[in-house]
Amino acid sequence: MNEHSPSHIKETVMPLGACEPSEEQKDGAEIADTTCARAPIGLLAELTHRCPLQCPYCSNPVELERANTELTTEEWQSVMRQAAELGILQIHLSGGEPTARRDVVDIIKAASECGLYTNLITAAVLLKREQLEKLKEAGLDHVQISIQDTDARPENADRIGGYKGGSAKKKVVAGWVRELGLPLTINAPIHRHNVDNVAGIINYAVELGADRVEIAHVQYYAWALMNRASLMPTREQFNESAKIVEKAREDLKGIIVIDSVVPDYYAKYPKPCMGGWGRGIINITPSGRVLPCHASESITGLDFDNIRDKPLAEIWLNGDAFQKYRGTDWMKEPCRTCPRHEIDFGGCRCQAFALTGDAANTDPACSLSPLHEQWAKVADVESHNASPEFVYRRPGGASRKPGMQKSPATSEA
Amino acid sequence: MAEAAPRVRAIIEATTRPIMPPHIKLRHDASRGRWIILAPERLFDPDDVAVDVLKLCDGQRTVADIAEHLAKEYNAPANEITADIVEMLQDLADKGVVKT
Repeated sequence: MNEHSPSHIKETVMPLGACEPSEEQKDGAEIADTTCARAPIGLLAELTHRCPLQCPYCSNPVELERANTELTTEEWQSVMRQAAELGILQIHLSGGEPTARRDVVDIIKAASECGLYTNLITAAVLLKREQLEKLKEAGLDHVQISIQDTDARPENADRIGGYKGGSAKKKVVAGWVRELGLPLTINAPIHRHNVDNVAGIINYAVELGADRVEIAHVQYYAWALMNRASLMPTREQFNESAKIVEKAREDLKGIIVIDSVVPDYYAKYPKPCMGGWGRGIINITPSGRVLPCHASESITGLDFDNIRDKPLAEIWLNGDAFQKYRGTDWMKEPCRTCPRHEIDFGGCRCQAFALTGDAANTDPACSLSPLHEQWAKVADVESHNASPEFVYRRPGGASRKPGMQKSPATSEA
Repeated sequence: MAEAAPRVRAIIEATTRPIMPPHIKLRHDASRGRWIILAPERLFDPDDVAVDVLKLCDGQRTVADIAEHLAKEYNAPANEITADIVEMLQDLADKGVVKT
């Protein structure tokens, strides 16, 4: 594994999924040093918070935004043009479920026309083949489909997602993606209800024709934090899954790329969350709030700008929320004098806030945090207790039972 | 695990005719004044040699053709260039950036 890349090309793993850094990034000699200092590289566009699935680890905030506050088609198209002018290279169209908006085609067309690389992050269950064809015509570059488990365990998958028939539908849509010649990534959030099937999930991704699979241990913010006692795997389960990933990377070299995300509570060093705050990534919520990361609204006291009020460039360069934890000047000990502080940037500000009450503290995911052992112990205890029922992700309040509606109505806006 | 896989690893040799699939974009990034490769959730930062090689990866030329072309351009021995290119393209093939 871990062989060095040939000297002619440096690889940067986009930090959106908080993936393990590439070898160059671990060395601190990443591309970001030369390209991200002034201009962001990626934009996560949450087109809507509506979603037919109700996954208990959803990365959306617990307070979901309502459909009647969403940006219009024209406003999103303007965002795309501004993003390209600002130097952004990749657009990740996400949600909620981005295809719950019929105008996703018009938004992708606008992005594609200004040279942006477009990635559709979808639960796939609402997609029709005809719509997928239109998305491809509009210039869509890549499709990422999330799964909850393999097609051999549909009951488990559908229970986790709170959507009956979801597993089977995802398989059909993945087939269409490949038939249309679009590249496919399978994203599998991993937790104690599917951690025993990591090998199966990787093979399923190969079977579906995916070029890439993300074995993404759940990150415990927002809904996932609320459901942590239900989702946290044991340290032994995590270690076993990591071994399976290592072996599969060898066995499937050249067949599928496997990216993995470690569960923070079992990490030695924190992930370089978002590649550093306000350094390479922008997130825009359905109503136009411009955030340094999708979870940053959980930090109280930050002031967020809205794209309806100010140009994107001005928000990126001068916005209060972006400036607050940009660079390393805000750091306290042990981060301030740590030799790794420009590798991992002290981890995740949102997690530091959620677990310590101060976003400027070291993320307790780091073994150098004075609180690390305490939180590792919480994970250990919770993961060995019986799993409480899920609190399903649902607008207007959490519920221990999945909702009855099959899917929300799609809308024009 | 490999036996369950319906696909095989692409091996780069002198006779291989490599090509970048349509979803991999080699673009000049005007705002940063350099070339960049856009891939799913990845960016690759190619140096001048890599850019020269990748521009010649059209699915028609073999690796040997590319090496010969660049040997003239760089005034360097083709066999050394071939070894260098094979290593680079194999790594890119394993990452899905180049197909055969």
